[in-house]
Amino acid sequence: MENSVNTERHEYDVVVIGAGGAGLRAAIEARQQGKRTAIVCKSLFGKAHTVMAEGGAAAAMGNVNSNDNWMVHFRDTMRGGKFLNNWRMAELHAKEAPDRVWELEAWGALFDRTKDGKISQRNFGGHEYPRLAHVGDRTGLEMIRTLQQRVVALQQEDYETHGDYEAYIKVFAECTVTRLLKDGDRISGAFAYWRESGNFVLFDAPAVVLATGGIGKSYVVTSNSWEYTGDGHALALLAGANLINMEFIQFHPTGMVWPPSVRGILVTESVRGDGGVLRNSEGKRFMFDYIPDVFKDQYATTEEEGDRWYTDQANNRRPPELLPRDEVARAINAEVKAGRGSPQGGVFLDVSTRLPAEEIKKRLPSMHHQFKELADVDITAEPMQVGPTCHYIMGGVEVDADTGAASVPGLFAAGEVSGGMHGSNRLGGNSLSDLLVFGRRAGAGAAAYIDALEARPKVSSEMVADAREEALAPLGRHGENPYEVHHELQRTMNDLVGIIRKSEEITEALQVVEKIKERVQLVGAAGSRIYNPGWHLAIDLRNMVLVSECVARAALLREESRGGHTRDDFPGMNPVWRRKLLACSTEDGTTIKVQEKPQSSMRDDLITLFDRDELKKYLTDEEMAEFDGITK
Amino acid sequence: MSYKAKFKVWRGEGGEGRLEDFTVEVNDGEVVLDIIHRLQATQAPDLAVRWNCKAGKCGSCSMEINGKPRLGCMTRMSTFEEDETITVTPMRTFPVIKDLVTDVSYNYQKAREIPSFTPPADVKPGEYRMQQVDVERSQEFRKCIECFMCNNVCHVIRDHEENKTNFSGPRFLMRIAELDMHPYDVADRQEAAQEQHGLGYCNITKCCTEVCPEHIKITDNALIPMKERVVDRKYDPLVWLGNKIFKRAK
Repeated sequence: MENSVNTERHEYDVVVIGAGGAGLRAAIEARQQGKRTAIVCKSLFGKAHTVMAEGGAAAAMGNVNSNDNWMVHFRDTMRGGKFLNNWRMAELHAKEAPDRVWELEAWGALFDRTKDGKISQRNFGGHEYPRLAHVGDRTGLEMIRTLQQRVVALQQEDYETHGDYEAYIKVFAECTVTRLLKDGDRISGAFAYWRESGNFVLFDAPAVVLATGGIGKSYVVTSNSWEYTGDGHALALLAGANLINMEFIQFHPTGMVWPPSVRGILVTESVRGDGGVLRNSEGKRFMFDYIPDVFKDQYATTEEEGDRWYTDQANNRRPPELLPRDEVARAINAEVKAGRGSPQGGVFLDVSTRLPAEEIKKRLPSMHHQFKELADVDITAEPMQVGPTCHYIMGGVEVDADTGAASVPGLFAAGEVSGGMHGSNRLGGNSLSDLLVFGRRAGAGAAAYIDALEARPKVSSEMVADAREEALAPLGRHGENPYEVHHELQRTMNDLVGIIRKSEEITEALQVVEKIKERVQLVGAAGSRIYNPGWHLAIDLRNMVLVSECVARAALLREESRGGHTRDDFPGMNPVWRRKLLACSTEDGTTIKVQEKPQSSMRDDLITLFDRDELKKYLTDEEMAEFDGITK
Repeated sequence: MSYKAKFKVWRGEGGEGRLEDFTVEVNDGEVVLDIIHRLQATQAPDLAVRWNCKAGKCGSCSMEINGKPRLGCMTRMSTFEEDETITVTPMRTFPVIKDLVTDVSYNYQKAREIPSFTPPADVKPGEYRMQQVDVERSQEFRKCIECFMCNNVCHVIRDHEENKTNFSGPRFLMRIAELDMHPYDVADRQEAAQEQHGLGYCNITKCCTEVCPEHIKITDNALIPMKERVVDRKYDPLVWLGNKIFKRAK
């Protein structure tokens, strides 16, 4: 068979795509359940985007405030997502996060401590109590390293038993999956190439867990690394799965704005959690002007009360700098637009007036380092300039909450690539815990799926041949420079489907995307197959275009503003839209179809965790009548 | 504020290569990695470089800039004169795959040879109690972003391929120290540090500390204390006597 000449073939039970928090936790679970597991990742082992997470992992352990519990966390999560969340995911997440964090500690993680020796927890936007387990401002690194070392620990066990480190779990680093393979309607494997050699790899496996993270590289200003090209989103679409909530993108309120080369790099929310305040060019703490009605009762209305909260949280309300991220990002955007921005087009974020220099260096070491090295700014003595940056996509593969299973049998997804958990807006700190909770569940879901499988699906050689041809195509063409096409896509999404959207602009973006789609068919990559970034980008473009179209199409349809989707032409939240999810799919692999799907009603014991007055702000009259029926 | 800079960049694969000259635009606030990316986008689309976060947090873009191990993303162009020729080469200690990308598998192999964190069998998740002051020692070492520049610069292996088998480099000797100082780790690590991982090869020239982008005091806080622990044990008369008796009893 000519096509298999330089295509390596590997058989596994589970192939996990992505080696960030969700992927590693899924792989660990699959291996712990006795499944032969491959971890396939685009970068080196231990470099995934999770390392950039700074603030912490939200888990209601109640170590700092004993009033905290899963119900409070659940409520905060639903509020943060403006009640559009998959409530079952939010429930599982809130209930299981503490166990997942404690488990990391048993695998060697060293979180910061409370005085009585427990895991310390810090305040964060939208969380009622101090809830984020953290290590300074490098929590993501601690998590990746711990999970990476857990994988190594399992490999050492396997070496003891089988004499081979890679008998049950193997990392395929710098290896990129370009297609999922199917046997009928079931997953049968995945097709990939080695970055190092350009040679192809065929994974024969009945279950695939997608854990590829997000799509930020479709935008110019982003906190995301090069890997975030929407690979898992696109692979799922092309395999026949649905993506939901794709219109909801989180623009983190505080990215660096200067120098231009670092524009978008994240400034952790911990800066505000630890007392940093936002000011405009007039020196005003403007966030007090932007407290939305739904949050009026929970936030301080004067600077004095906000300031008192840092030392006495029982008797004061939190300052509005700690509103959910979508609110803060929109406020900064509005201030800059109104001409009250900082010299380099952001606003001022100042922690130097709140904390002594030594304390800042201790609590925010990476931020201190980052600003000093990249911008010549000493954050212990002067304010930072910050502005919104594309940070996280709430939308992703539609999955079963309990198992992470997508609608395609054998396909699972966890972490940022999955959709539903965070509704229309994710709270800071809920991502790291999401990765752990649902990474584990997807790994377990894949293991259970395999156990119930009667016959192993087969890999079709035609599909492999097609995937091979598709991957090689850019190398044979003397076409357009992929870097230029990529840049135009980024500009288009940034300018026309960014933080504030309107119908005409989104429509224009869709027209541009349509043209880019044609150009992607013609891009060429010079050079050999060996570690050739131009070729890799040419392949990634397919994915970025697909997800960009999903974002734009869903954004055009949702005629309301909610969380990470703000429509200038439909400024309010509409309760009728809360009951609808937009699901993207593709039949021909190039055009995106969007369908409305009903959002299921919350279970009685969960909805009654909320006050009637609060629900009234989100629910339709009809739903309120149902609620009154339950509580009667 | 923009100017044209002169660059020499190592190009090549399969054991062969040469420095190639480029003249390339540089803008205000840019770092060396930005310039490499500009070369990719405009002059050399297949120029290979590893990178991820571009914020000094992932340790992917290790390279040698004017002969010094540096992260490309944290080396600002403003640290050079405008008329200076900047030479960018791959890390010297590891085999080149292509251009600036090296085969760093040595490091992953060494990582696997260090027994993992070993807590006491009777402590359950959620029951760990540690004081901040006790975790801080190991926390410093866990700041490591695995850029492998300490291993790259270490003279024990930089020009001595033959030492690679018996020496795990500062990165992994520090990993052993990290585990040895973990309040809950019960494994015995000191003998292995000396015998299998080559702690004795280190003659504390502190080159590793100098290149660490995380400013971890590798030599002072990890390697020297580890050497002291090994020495204490090796030359402690009571331990010596105990070993004799134990061996005889066998």
